[in-house]
Amino acid sequence: MSDSWVIRNLRAIRGRAYPRVIGSLREPSWVFFDIALPLLTVAAYVYLYKFIDAPKEFVGFVILGGAMTAFWLNILWSMASQLYWEKETGNLSLFLMAPVSRMSILAGMAVGGLFFTSLRAGSTMAIGIIVFGVSLSLSNPLMLIAIFVATMVALYGMGMMLASLYLLFGREAYNMSNLLTEPIYLVSGFYFPVRSLGFWTAAGASVIPITLGLDALRQLFYPATGAQYAFLSIHLELVILSVLCVAFMFLSKASLDYMEKLGKTSGRLTLRWQ
Amino acid sequence: MRGNLRTFKNAAWLGWQMESNWTDPFLFATYSIVKPIAGTLILVFMYLVIAPHGTNTPGFSYMFIGNALYMYVAEVLFGVTWVIHDDREHYMTLKQVYIAPISFYFYIMGRAAIKIAITSVGVLLTILFGIFALDVQVSLASISWPLLVISLVLGLAAICIMGLALGGISFLTAKHGQGINEGVAGVFYVLSGVIFPITVLPPWAQSISKLLPITYWMEAMRRGLEPGVISALGSTTGMSGMDNWFLMLVLILSTIAFLFISVGVFRFADKVARMKGKIDWTTAY
Repeated sequence: MSDSWVIRNLRAIRGRAYPRVIGSLREPSWVFFDIALPLLTVAAYVYLYKFIDAPKEFVGFVILGGAMTAFWLNILWSMASQLYWEKETGNLSLFLMAPVSRMSILAGMAVGGLFFTSLRAGSTMAIGIIVFGVSLSLSNPLMLIAIFVATMVALYGMGMMLASLYLLFGREAYNMSNLLTEPIYLVSGFYFPVRSLGFWTAAGASVIPITLGLDALRQLFYPATGAQYAFLSIHLELVILSVLCVAFMFLSKASLDYMEKLGKTSGRLTLRWQ
Repeated sequence: MRGNLRTFKNAAWLGWQMESNWTDPFLFATYSIVKPIAGTLILVFMYLVIAPHGTNTPGFSYMFIGNALYMYVAEVLFGVTWVIHDDREHYMTLKQVYIAPISFYFYIMGRAAIKIAITSVGVLLTILFGIFALDVQVSLASISWPLLVISLVLGLAAICIMGLALGGISFLTAKHGQGINEGVAGVFYVLSGVIFPITVLPPWAQSISKLLPITYWMEAMRRGLEPGVISALGSTTGMSGMDNWFLMLVLILSTIAFLFISVGVFRFADKVARMKGKIDWTTAY
């Protein structure tokens, strides 16, 4: 008896998520690096803020931003670049031959990536809070969860879209991901309130879901002073993030179909070491 | 010697091709400029959020120049180690390089040289951007050129030598090279007075800072490039009690010490890698 289309695709999601979930726990030394490395940057920025006598909530801003870098790096290196790596290792053609939707494979990557990145980001944040003695407010936990979920769904939708755009890349993939690291940390306000970049720059950067997500999380964790540095109201940010969730899902499907077709006609889907 | 120089030259040319020929020159130039400038602007905005009118201060110049110079530490350290990883796991050519009649040390140094050249462009552009756009306090008239040049040469040599040891370790590890590299560079970033003086750190961390050669390199480079800033900050830097000769001595001795340590580590790792068949080992990078 053949499986239904839905069951087959759910299995594909589980199958693609599985190596990421298992892999996240298989090599403890990688877990150490994934947690410790962001902490080093966080520590440097915390001490910089201390050097310039910043208000103490900025230490919390840096820890939050440092934890969220894990998600952006995961988007760049484990979502956007993933189909490129799969091409280089010879798996991509197997994915394309499998009798499942490509979207299920991307969704599996997203689910698995979200799981292991959440563990790392949570650990980075917890250690940062303990080491630097930061206190955060949890006065509106439901909104906190809603903002975080909306940010992650939109962000991983964006990652799925980027994965298909990267499909035809050779070494550009590595360099492009490198290029999209610091500039995005800058325009999304990972380590300072995005509002200080000016309205239009912040508005443009809001296409990247993490910009609004971070801004809203700062307001929720610091209700007393967060609004002073806020770009938009939390409710408006939640609405925009919800729109981005739908938009990126649609765009990822459209771009995947287009790039796959383009890759087949140009014969670049199995080309390695470009 | 001519053979070694030829190896160095060809490795540098190979490194240049690998760094740059993935795209057209304009996009490569943009890529080379945007990344360091964006990294620096993060710090600029962090500073401006707290001090909206304050870039023309010794504290800002200290942070800006330190961050620009740190590019050498991060990029060169990473570049040297990445040669082993990239050649072995990605292009799978390390075996061929090994059996070729060339000095492997000169091959690695050739590849590192091009990384230094590309990074130098980024460092120079960042400093010029700081001077002209952000009033960073560097003046051509006050630069101490001998101190700057000697410190730069010694520091780059030390960083390359440290990279050699890390490259040796990456022979024996599976996908740990990047983490080890970033970890070492990250420790330098926090503890070596890169973007803030070491006196901001807790006392126990300051003790570690004074054991790291990069701390002395940063101080020597700043004294060469922005002596006015260092004078203005005075004892805040935590290094004011040391004269330039002492800094040079520390740099020379630490470079020599790291040369012996790194070559020893590299030879040991190389021997183990050959014995365990890891020269052409791949871990699906």
